[in-house]
Amino acid sequence: MTRSTDANITSADVGAMRRADEDELLPQLVAHLREHRTTLRQDWASRIQESGLLLAMTSQEMAAETTSVYDNYVEVLETGSVEALQRYARDLSERIIPRGVETHEVVGIVLLLRDVLARFLFDKYQRDFGLLNRVLDAYEPAANRIANTVAVSFVEERERVIRQQQDSIRELSTPVLPVRERLLILPIIGVLDSERARQLTEQLLTGIRTHRAKVVVIDITGVPDVDEAVANHLVQTVDASRLMGASVIITGLSPLIAQTLVTIGVDLSKMDTIGDLQGGLEEAERLLGYTVGRESSPASP
Amino acid sequence: MTTGPKLVSILRQGSYLIASIHTALDDTQMVRFQEDLVEQIGRYRSRGVIIDVAALDVLDSFGARTLRTIAEMARLRGAVTVIVGIQPDVAFAMVSLGMATGSVVTLLDLEEGLAFLDSRTQRNATSGRPALRTLSRGAP
Repeated sequence: MTRSTDANITSADVGAMRRADEDELLPQLVAHLREHRTTLRQDWASRIQESGLLLAMTSQEMAAETTSVYDNYVEVLETGSVEALQRYARDLSERIIPRGVETHEVVGIVLLLRDVLARFLFDKYQRDFGLLNRVLDAYEPAANRIANTVAVSFVEERERVIRQQQDSIRELSTPVLPVRERLLILPIIGVLDSERARQLTEQLLTGIRTHRAKVVVIDITGVPDVDEAVANHLVQTVDASRLMGASVIITGLSPLIAQTLVTIGVDLSKMDTIGDLQGGLEEAERLLGYTVGRESSPASP
Repeated sequence: MTTGPKLVSILRQGSYLIASIHTALDDTQMVRFQEDLVEQIGRYRSRGVIIDVAALDVLDSFGARTLRTIAEMARLRGAVTVIVGIQPDVAFAMVSLGMATGSVVTLLDLEEGLAFLDSRTQRNATSGRPALRTLSRGAP
């Protein structure tokens, strides 16, 4: 009888006890950390300087940021909710990323703070080993969660910035320009990768629709090289344009690209290519029925 | 076969037929459309057919093949077929899946299609047909 009750206690109740410990110990802990805020923060700041992290910031900025990071840190320990910290970390990242702060620095300072606080707990509870263990049990998961949150927020913010820049580069990189009624030009400059080729197709096909284009000149003078996938994509783009009723002229194939295309055996029989952009434009004008000539002025001799 | 509402309207415009597909058709509906259209080419003695697919945001391989078949059949019955209004996404999907429309002329929209047919039939009127007429007149 007694055996069975003993056995019943173990697994279920240890968890409950631990939770009770956390409920009780964490507020205590937080109170201690608040009490020794100034010394701990200074200790942390000097550790950061020793490690040579965050050199991009002035000491005033550092003091301000470390204070708010510290307060946020203690607050997360207290409430257990990382949302406010997440917001703060994202905000902080937005401010410091343009100044060249690296991921390892951000993670580094948070881990330093974790160590400083852990050291402080060791000092405080070293006489009672059992209590120290329980305090650490309560402290460590929370501290790890904080480190995780800060790192993830920083990386997310960084990725967001990168994505934003990529988007703007991409938009800039494939302009679709109407030059005459029903005639579009697409100058492509820089390396064509498959993502950019996809973007180009999309913009071209919608461009044909909006401008009601009949002829499109794609100028690839500024493209250093293409690979097989991109070459095939170009052929497909030409075909798709034809399905939408526009004929495509490709101009400015460099000798290298011409050689690549012939070597890899892309089917170019349906591709209309002309040496340079000038020739392409003249051909396009001919297709559209424009005749462009210099006005012969009678005044000139 | 001829049950349910018509999903394709076939309108007569002079000597042309204009067929607008309003919604994605399944295989049976596509075949029914093919039969209707080819039959009407004969009935109205049409010289040109415009198939408008502007409302379609998807076209499967059977659909693409049927359109090609329609164009071939129409040619045999004496009408030129033009497909107009293929959407950008549909165009690229068709090309990347290898669903070519063969020798069928594809143009941007209905207006373009009409202009193309006008120029095509006018050319026939000046070059092709008079020759036929003199031939037939000379026979009896």
